[in-house]
Amino acid sequence: MSMLASYLTLAAVLFCIGFYGVLTKRNAIIVLLSIELMLNAVNLNLVAFSKYGVNPALTGQIFSLFTMTVAAAEAAVGIAVLIVLYRSKATVNADEFDELRR
Amino acid sequence: MLNFNIDFTGEFFAFFLLSVCAIVGAVLAINFAKVVHMALSLAFTFVSLAGLFILLQAEFVAFVQVLLYVGAVTILMIFGIMMTKHQDEEKARSRPLLETLAAIGCLCLFGILFYAIRAASFPLPAAKLPDNNTLEIGKLLYSAYAIPFELVSVLLTVAFIGAVALAKREEEKP
Repeated sequence: MSMLASYLTLAAVLFCIGFYGVLTKRNAIIVLLSIELMLNAVNLNLVAFSKYGVNPALTGQIFSLFTMTVAAAEAAVGIAVLIVLYRSKATVNADEFDELRR
Repeated sequence: MLNFNIDFTGEFFAFFLLSVCAIVGAVLAINFAKVVHMALSLAFTFVSLAGLFILLQAEFVAFVQVLLYVGAVTILMIFGIMMTKHQDEEKARSRPLLETLAAIGCLCLFGILFYAIRAASFPLPAAKLPDNNTLEIGKLLYSAYAIPFELVSVLLTVAFIGAVALAKREEEKP
């Protein structure tokens, strides 16, 4: 098993753990953190391919930098939305944010 | 089928150690009862991933990972936890059917991914990465990727202004 396959397997494990967290956790902040974990697994893939791919180049690392930037923006906006929701409903339980369904 | 012909080099040993740290952090984050503990163990996972990036000769990405994820995102999440209800704990097994279905779905996804990774053949890399990768990343960011770089800076500015505008307490209407 080459090193690239090991890195890809680790990224798959982390992605699946993050996916499970997104699907089952009730606290919306933990859901946001699980999404960060999934994005990090994708970053690991990009950086692994930038070293062990057919044509090693820095493009993968630059892509992962862009992903991190977008993830930071997403975390900031997500926390702001959650704080506004907490002010109006006094909960961060993701099950109770169901106005659009009623 | 599973031929683990692994050569036990130093890189593989470091990879093994760091990946065990990352997976343990992530699994503990799923299993802890208190939300603050979850956030901290995910920070542990992010640190181990930074170690893996250093192992992959991506030192600049590793430092950005420590600064951005461990330093900014996790702290932001902990602020979010502290400003909302942080005493409440995840009720154990509150929705067993949904959790079982989610676990089965995740295992299926992992099985597909693992099968695809095992089945693929990866040719050996043709060249090596440059040594001082911070310099090279800087050169690339300001030549080939100048426009995406500027767009990302605009995106960050807009997102943070939007976050401040959202979270600002609205004035009481007279």
